[in-house]
Amino acid sequence: MTATQVEFSPAAAPLAEKLLDQANEIIARYPEGRSRSALLPLLHLVQTVEGHVSPNGVAFCAEILGINKAQVGAVATFYTMYKRRPTGEYLVSVCTNTLCNTLGGQEVYDQLSEVLGVGHDETTADGRITLEHAECLAACDYAPVVTVNYDFALDEATPEAAVGLVEKLRDGRPYTPARGARICSLKEMQIQLAGFADPREGAVGDGRAGAPTLRGVTLAQQHGIAVPDFNPDTPITKTKPSPREENKGKVATVVEKATGAVKAAAAKVEEKVEARRTAKTSEKAGEPTKPGDAKDPEVRTAEQRNPDASSPDKTGDAKVTPPAPSNPAEAAGASANEPAGDGKPAGDTARGSEEAK
Amino acid sequence: MTQPRPEVLAKLTPVLTKRWLSPNAWQIGVYEQLDGYRAVRKALDVHPDDLIQLIKDSGLRGRGGAGFPTGLKWGFIPQGDGKPHYLVINADEGEPGTCKDLPLMTYDPHSLVEGAIIAAYAIRANRAFIYIRGEAVHAARRLRNAVEEARAAGYLGTNILGSGFDLELVVHSGAGAYICGEETALLDSLEGFRGQPRLRPPFPAIAGLYASPTVVNNVGTIASVPYIVLGGADWWKSMGTEKSSGPMIYSLSGRIANPGQYECGLGITLRELIELAGGMKPGHTLKFWTPGGSSTPLLTAEHIDTPMDFEGVAAAGSILGTTAMQIFSDQDCPVYSTWRWLEFYHHESCGKCTPCREGNYWMVRTYRRILSGEGTYKDLDTLQDTADNIFGRSFCGLGDGAATPVMSTLKYFRQDYLDYIEGRTAPRLSAKALVGAH
Repeated sequence: MTATQVEFSPAAAPLAEKLLDQANEIIARYPEGRSRSALLPLLHLVQTVEGHVSPNGVAFCAEILGINKAQVGAVATFYTMYKRRPTGEYLVSVCTNTLCNTLGGQEVYDQLSEVLGVGHDETTADGRITLEHAECLAACDYAPVVTVNYDFALDEATPEAAVGLVEKLRDGRPYTPARGARICSLKEMQIQLAGFADPREGAVGDGRAGAPTLRGVTLAQQHGIAVPDFNPDTPITKTKPSPREENKGKVATVVEKATGAVKAAAAKVEEKVEARRTAKTSEKAGEPTKPGDAKDPEVRTAEQRNPDASSPDKTGDAKVTPPAPSNPAEAAGASANEPAGDGKPAGDTARGSEEAK
Repeated sequence: MTQPRPEVLAKLTPVLTKRWLSPNAWQIGVYEQLDGYRAVRKALDVHPDDLIQLIKDSGLRGRGGAGFPTGLKWGFIPQGDGKPHYLVINADEGEPGTCKDLPLMTYDPHSLVEGAIIAAYAIRANRAFIYIRGEAVHAARRLRNAVEEARAAGYLGTNILGSGFDLELVVHSGAGAYICGEETALLDSLEGFRGQPRLRPPFPAIAGLYASPTVVNNVGTIASVPYIVLGGADWWKSMGTEKSSGPMIYSLSGRIANPGQYECGLGITLRELIELAGGMKPGHTLKFWTPGGSSTPLLTAEHIDTPMDFEGVAAAGSILGTTAMQIFSDQDCPVYSTWRWLEFYHHESCGKCTPCREGNYWMVRTYRRILSGEGTYKDLDTLQDTADNIFGRSFCGLGDGAATPVMSTLKYFRQDYLDYIEGRTAPRLSAKALVGAH
């Protein structure tokens, strides 16, 4: 069923009306039959309209992907960036993980919390700002850091500078972020998180690298240090022709092409004969191991324990039989209920369905 | 600021960071002027097996923390199996202290795209995904732009540069879960599930994304590939040590004069790195540090001359990890720092394995008690016992990561704990502070 044929329930219909085209575009990014991969971007997409993931948003994702609402809910509640309550126009995150914390991040957070009158994951009454304390934002060389709608807004933050930032945001005055792009609303940011290009002219070019990022490379430049002997034309050892060369070779002359075709046909016949012969002797012969093809023992074990569909394992006991229960009632129960596997549908895969048999 | 000595300066190896100096290197035109997309032309003229051999010869090891040999990983992908192959790039940078991948993707995104094309060609994958951390919005913005530019220029799509090789590359944003940096949790997340790790085996090389053969590589690993293709394996091995070859971006943060990114050959010592960074901050003396993010056992001032390569750090009882060095001084408290890390692990534990889920819950509470001046001697035994029971008893490394700062601070800084318990250190947390903690 393609997504366009879905009939949406009254809960999901208003969102579907707005988001259907974008949602279909997201789903098309993933391989055929793997539409569930689109769930994370779809949840971001839902937040472009609602600012959070509401029950209606859950319904929309479930219906367009053909999964149930519990499956969507389980995912939506797992990730920090899916908000369960309406959010403000700007999400202000203060890193309070150990390093930023040690260098003053906690004081920044405490001050903002006091000035704004809200705690973690709470929104100011005017609906402008949601405050949160975040875990490591991957900018420890600028600690402590503050982001606005996830863009790096304030480096080496102090309580005063942070208050200045939120006051500007609250009053709608312009603010130039330290290293991120020009500030947009949180809902607009969700469009990018859903995987779409930033629609704002010039935003991609915003933000220059700060001094800490460039420190090592600048030091090298100042002292004229480079890695010697770099020759981009260093040849790569060739043991076989590349596919491109092979293709060229194939179409070199008509004669060659013809002989090739004859040879291919002959090979096909040979292949068939060979296939029949091997089919008789063994169910399925694996690929012959090339000499010198040393495999990591761990991987060999992995292959033995978890054969893929094409080479069923005959030696290893892929299915572990649990010890037989001693009392008869328990035994009856056990035989009626196959032991559950990992429980995780590792993708709605062939492997999964095979295990279920 | 003290100037680093010339012999220490000579340890800088600007390779992956070099283009960061060009403010417009994120644009394809500028990138192409700076040797960009030259490696992909060269690579497409070579048989994929020869490329895998080249990477094996270079000794390149994974930059995401585990240091697994990259060429070997690529070689595990079964060829001619009739299944689709996938390349997944782990750009979920979130390990506390780590800040090397975000700048790379922001200031030189095309190098990752080019590396992805070469890697996908080598393992014969026609689809690749970059799973980028949700919060990394500016890096994602630049990366998506780079993918579009590359597609328009014919480096992505069908029949790339007339080679007959097709590749689709999708930039997929996560949604704020540290655990998704673990490769199997990442794959589950990419399939649209909660990010929870899978039990291995099977390894992703056999059953990864959509149960098909998959290579999962870190950003730094893939971005290294074009340089190896251009400069060759021998040139690459001219940097670093025999077993840990090549350059590495060391992320220095904390109580040093100039925090930042320093790209040096593997095997440099912390003493040399601190010298490059202009020394410690005035008035601070080195007390403890993480060699590769908070999930690696802490080291102390006595380890300052440990070679920072995979073997050297392992010999010192820790892990090289992501070479994220968070440097703390005598004015910082190891007990408080550990507590804050544990709040993080407690928050980020996915809940799948009981030891990690429950252990972190209890350890956080024990720390809060110690730090609010209510701790007892028994609490130290409880912490040691809990950490021992988490370590090695979960599917993935998150549990181990949570246990290591506890075990290493108890080992090196027991006195700091006793000072809280015996009342020599003033409580750091009050009942009020506990209310705000998550």
